[in-house]
Amino acid sequence: MPSAASNFNTDATRMVADLGHRQMVQQSLSGYQKARSSNANRFQDWESARSRAAVIKDEAIRHLDRYLEQFEEKLVARGAKVFWANDATEARAYILDLARAKQARAIVKSKTMVSEEIHLNEALEKAGFQVVESDLGEFIVQLRHEPPYHIVFPAMHLTRGQISDLFQQKLGAEATSDPEALTMTARKALRQAYLAADIGITGANFAVAETGMISITENEGNARLTSGLPKTHVVLLGIEKILPRLADLSLFLPMLATAGTGQQLTCYNSLVGGPRGAEEIDGPEEMHVILLDNGRTRLLADAEQRDALRCIRCGACLNVCPIFRNVGGHAYGTTYQGPIGSVITPHLRGLQSWQHLSQASSLCGACTETCPVKIDLHHHLLQNRRNAVAEKGSPFQQLGFKAFAFVVNRPRLFAFAIRTMKCLSPLQRLFNATPADPVWYWTKTRELPSFARKSFRDLWKQRTS
Amino acid sequence: MNARDSILARVREALRGGSSGHPSESETPLADGSGEVRQFLPKVPSDFAGQVALFAERSESLKTEFLSCADEAAASEQLKRLSDREGWESIAFPVDSEIRALLANVSIAKLEVSRSTVKTDLEKVSAGITGCDALIAQTGSVLLTATSGGGRALSVLPVHHVVIAAASQLVPDLPAAFELLERKYAPNFPSFMTFITGPSRTGDIERVLVLGAHGPRKLTVMMVGGQADSPEARPQ
Repeated sequence: MPSAASNFNTDATRMVADLGHRQMVQQSLSGYQKARSSNANRFQDWESARSRAAVIKDEAIRHLDRYLEQFEEKLVARGAKVFWANDATEARAYILDLARAKQARAIVKSKTMVSEEIHLNEALEKAGFQVVESDLGEFIVQLRHEPPYHIVFPAMHLTRGQISDLFQQKLGAEATSDPEALTMTARKALRQAYLAADIGITGANFAVAETGMISITENEGNARLTSGLPKTHVVLLGIEKILPRLADLSLFLPMLATAGTGQQLTCYNSLVGGPRGAEEIDGPEEMHVILLDNGRTRLLADAEQRDALRCIRCGACLNVCPIFRNVGGHAYGTTYQGPIGSVITPHLRGLQSWQHLSQASSLCGACTETCPVKIDLHHHLLQNRRNAVAEKGSPFQQLGFKAFAFVVNRPRLFAFAIRTMKCLSPLQRLFNATPADPVWYWTKTRELPSFARKSFRDLWKQRTS
Repeated sequence: MNARDSILARVREALRGGSSGHPSESETPLADGSGEVRQFLPKVPSDFAGQVALFAERSESLKTEFLSCADEAAASEQLKRLSDREGWESIAFPVDSEIRALLANVSIAKLEVSRSTVKTDLEKVSAGITGCDALIAQTGSVLLTATSGGGRALSVLPVHHVVIAAASQLVPDLPAAFELLERKYAPNFPSFMTFITGPSRTGDIERVLVLGAHGPRKLTVMMVGGQADSPEARPQ
């Protein structure tokens, strides 16, 4: 099997050449950019809001053990069940056992990246359960048997024509180029799913420790239907979703909307703190909350990069990333794409297999600048590179750096080396950017800078003599 | 060791590693992050009329229909007009609520939502009518709970959601809305609380805005009482 790195190289090379795809992604992101900046400007002080959000998230992370216990205690007191899962296998097994115990015929799901992370749908389908994704974008990519393209906009790579073809083929719908008609087709198909489902599975954007509630941010209403209608509500969330206090949401809800979709507040921001209460008209009979580690404590142990656990999965760093905008979401081959995916995937799935994503960066820092919780993303990419080499650099790399250090620490040798290369450079020009070029690895995609007529050392000598 | 204990043990072990002194760690204080959250969020006028105007402006851009009614008689009249205009055939509202009285003029099938209500029946009604806990001027949102909203399904399953709010329920901003929730319910919160900001929507197909993705295609907010010239309409 080819490595993740070679898949990335192949896919990225192919996608970069697909100009239609690039234009489409950039066009849809330009609308987002405008909406986002006009909404950030509505804030009286967006920069202070970012700092405060970072401080609150850090507080949650610094006392994560205590807050997780508090979250569990409050939820259990209201009749919810809390299950802790070390890894994907344990989380999947719990949900499978539950589905068997409930003899579930149909399961409806709203968007949760954690379920992608643990490959839940495949496991449920293999066990014979029917699972329907209810978020429109997720529904579309599920019909295509594709992973989500973007953590917030799962189907942003598809045109209305492609979606119309898909609905014709899979749902027997009429051909149309009207996004509204397409949406209504999905609405109709999914209505039945909500009403028939025995189990509803959702994620959570935040977990409020103080009151033992999960908070779900959405626009479509599918998460409300998924969490509210079936008899059993299952919540799947990473342990880093904790917020200390209920009131913290007055900052995080508008920040997530602004950074995520360029809205002031998304359409529905719902808090769920248990199954139906004794006095309440409706709601599920059972609520199961699964707290998943799956590598998050490894990231927590890295004090240098721990701030990546602040991430609220808004997708803003993807939207501004020049790499994401050119290679697209699928090339990453990860659950979480873009800069945040490149930073955390090595912690979740192994540094050596995923460090190549940290190389695919111009280190421009646009991600760090846009991040609403001030994660130091581009420095973390640099640290991943350092850690990967320190852990297991290739012999070629190590030899290269040793030779470099040997030369630059010897001024005469260094001057000699520069002069030699300068003399040889016309020779290189003859073969420039051909496979015969000794520096072809560089010149096949880039210009080789030419030598200055006079080196800095020459100029300095002139000046001081 | 069970998973709970081993996760908590790993968390504690990881945190013992302490801070790296890396500049992104906010153990080094972030200079500008102090002060009230309210001061960072979008500005809200301090007077009632200004807040109503802001709620109306936010509603318009969200495509929420916002109707202001002087009193209950006017609200009742307004509901009749709404029913005629939309051609409602049936409506649903929470059992034993004051909404029934407001619907005296509307003579169509009425479904009083209770524990025995069947979801497929609720799905078919032309509109669901609920109360709420608060209106939020800052964001044009309706704050509703399982208690005030007649459960979880009534405000999301029917294709049109109508909210009846008293003018005194208008709060300036999100921090005030959370203060209200704590005051009103803590520690016995309803199992479900939601901020509704406009009718259901999606942009998942080519980022084109479509209303009524899975929830209501229409949202109407009726604010009863509290004309700007009657100060007693705002008992607080």
